[in-house]
Amino acid sequence: MLQDKDRIFTNLYGMKDVGLEGAKKRGSWDSTKYFIDKGRDWIIEEVKSSGLRGRGGAGFPTGLKWSFMPKESDGRPHYLVINADESEPGTCKDRDILRNDPHHLVEGALLASFAMAAHTCYIYVRGEFIREREALQRAIDEAYEANLIGKNNVHGWDFDCYVHHGAGAYICGEETALIESIEGKKGQPRLKPPFPANVGLYGAPTTVNNVESIAVVPTIVRRGGSWFAGLGKPNNTGTKLFCVSGHINTPSTFEEEMGIPFKEMIDKHCGGIRGGWDNLLAVIPGGSSVPCVPAEQMMDATMDFDCLSGLQSGLGTAAVIVMDKSTDMIAAIARLAYFYKHESCGQCTPCREGTGWMWRVLERMVKGQATKREIDMLFEVSKQVEGHTICALGDAAAWPVQGLIRHFRHVIEERIDQYAANPDKDGEVREPVAAE
Amino acid sequence: MSVRRIAQEQPETFEFNAENMIWAEELIKKYPVGKERSAVIPLLWRAQEQNEGWTSEPAMRKVADLLGMAYIRVYEVATFYTMFQLSPVGKKAHVQVCGTTPCMLRGSKELIEICKKRIAKTPHTLSEDGDFSWEEVECLGACVNAPMIQIFKDTYEDLDEKALEDLLDAFARGEQPKPGPQIERTLSCPESGLTTLTDVPEYLPLNLTSDSEVAAEKNLNADKTSEDKEVATETAENETSENKAQDSNNSAEDLKSAAAAALTEKSTESSSATDDVSDDHRPEYLDGPRDGQADDLKMIKGVGPKLETTLNALGFYHFDQIANWTRENIAWVDNSLSFKGRIDRENWLEQAKTLASGEETEFSKRANYDDTPKGDK
Repeated sequence: MLQDKDRIFTNLYGMKDVGLEGAKKRGSWDSTKYFIDKGRDWIIEEVKSSGLRGRGGAGFPTGLKWSFMPKESDGRPHYLVINADESEPGTCKDRDILRNDPHHLVEGALLASFAMAAHTCYIYVRGEFIREREALQRAIDEAYEANLIGKNNVHGWDFDCYVHHGAGAYICGEETALIESIEGKKGQPRLKPPFPANVGLYGAPTTVNNVESIAVVPTIVRRGGSWFAGLGKPNNTGTKLFCVSGHINTPSTFEEEMGIPFKEMIDKHCGGIRGGWDNLLAVIPGGSSVPCVPAEQMMDATMDFDCLSGLQSGLGTAAVIVMDKSTDMIAAIARLAYFYKHESCGQCTPCREGTGWMWRVLERMVKGQATKREIDMLFEVSKQVEGHTICALGDAAAWPVQGLIRHFRHVIEERIDQYAANPDKDGEVREPVAAE
Repeated sequence: MSVRRIAQEQPETFEFNAENMIWAEELIKKYPVGKERSAVIPLLWRAQEQNEGWTSEPAMRKVADLLGMAYIRVYEVATFYTMFQLSPVGKKAHVQVCGTTPCMLRGSKELIEICKKRIAKTPHTLSEDGDFSWEEVECLGACVNAPMIQIFKDTYEDLDEKALEDLLDAFARGEQPKPGPQIERTLSCPESGLTTLTDVPEYLPLNLTSDSEVAAEKNLNADKTSEDKEVATETAENETSENKAQDSNNSAEDLKSAAAAALTEKSTESSSATDDVSDDHRPEYLDGPRDGQADDLKMIKGVGPKLETTLNALGFYHFDQIANWTRENIAWVDNSLSFKGRIDRENWLEQAKTLASGEETEFSKRANYDDTPKGDK
């Protein structure tokens, strides 16, 4: 159980002063120059030793990612891009950082930029977060005014921080699509290699990090990598913002230790499952892109990358969607399939066509208007989408469908039997259009 | 993907108001020289705000003209990003109901039914009085406050059917209801009260300073010399006028180091030569176009809008300047461009000679015919 003294985001709910003065009282901007004077390598080492894994979903070690940036510039500028395009269904952690604890992010941006020899940082905030964008801009303005960032600032590292925003495209959370979007194009992911660390924003070396990954850096640097590494479990260190939504008594966002048992987390912070633990049906533990886990497996799970990938799921963004027994699992996953159909950028055929195809089949399965061999066909098609696209959206669309078939095949079959016994011709189906 | 088309009926024109024009000019400065098109999404968004919540086709053209982009590129962006409303929306409220699974689990379907009943049967349709419209959107990122809606800039969270009805009533009366959770709750904190952050100890400042300022100073400088923007930073330090330093730094971000060095030199009027570029062979250059009227260097095959900006920044505005370059001059300019060898490959000097004499080249004829190619190559 994490204690308040080890929590990083101490103003998560905005109950205290959000401005610079308040943030300073909570530790932001304390001795930043001292740590910058220790040099780039020292900061990267500290982040590496903290064991921090990227908080955007994939869990890639942050320190390692930073060390991919060229040590010396070849004449091109370096860029840090912070991904605040938080759009993964279930996820709403960055929102609270942006609106209530933005100075963690701005200070982290300075430290990370310094560590990667970048003088410019763009923070890409999703378009819908208009108030959050305003809050972040206020924090940046305050930092400029106090000469904490900008040209000739007190930290001795010229640093400009700009807020950029999107306009409602989930795919822009993918790092190369995000770069395309900043460049003023449609957010369609780029083929890798070349990786952004070599050819990124405006063709220059770029690192793209999640908001939470950057926002924890100042505290890691101040308290030491070993402090962070001492929390959580080996290889799954530190603290993490969890957002738990769905059928629980008190949905909320909170900071907890990595590896907290699922049951303990729900009981302590979420007021338990609606209708009690016996009423739990399934959990999507890491945002919509990871497969669901049935109740009996989830009961003993711990919330970390390794345990959940052992359950053929993942921690993702730690956005936990809880579903009780009143849930129509097929409809819940069909709605996610619609989401991916809607958000596919249209670049790769398997994803553009596959997401729509999977959604249309699932909509029929919601009613039971399908045949049982189509279940296998659906699984097969999801396998054809997975891994055959430029970015991971294809995978993300396929996994929830695979999870559904893996764990709830009997529900689909029952529905088909029901329909076959009592076909309903007037049932309402979302009108599928082949060309959409 | 979603298929999106622009509205059948479009207004004649669109103009940014004066305030927004000033804002736009500031915005464009955020991005490196030659990368102005980065501003396309924020500009379109501002245009939409000014245009009663929807993006018209003339607005797309206006943004394209401002940024020197081809119309189709802006059209692509406006139809790709779903927050750009392509047809008129309700004057008092455009209700965006989040319908993705986390909200669906907590009752967004009922909210949509209310919208269908009260506003219009289909999304993106104006209500009879034109005050309201609605659509179902994908996850708005407030899942712990589900179900929720967004109306223009604000979100209204933790809704049920009654709360939504009340909200719509309030908007109909022209009020601005309080955004955020519509139940007794602080943002994303549990409804039952705090489960964390009840016992946060007061922060004790470390107040660390470097062992010795001098040593730190040295370290920093050592780090800096290895940096890409060496020249820019150094000049910035030496420069008294902050504005000038900023100019040089902004432009430097975009260009290769050689060009950056040359630019910095130019804008600061200092003569500090760098290792990369020897100034001996720099061609004659101008501080601005003669009579304020620069030639359209894009008429030279191989010069695009970006290269034209670079050439202007280096002090070249006219065909005859280019026509008179020597071999050494070409080598110097080549060094400053990101496309090595292009001058010879595309035979700029021949082209420039022809154009300077007032004649047309094969390329410029076509270019003029097309009303000047803009945007992407």
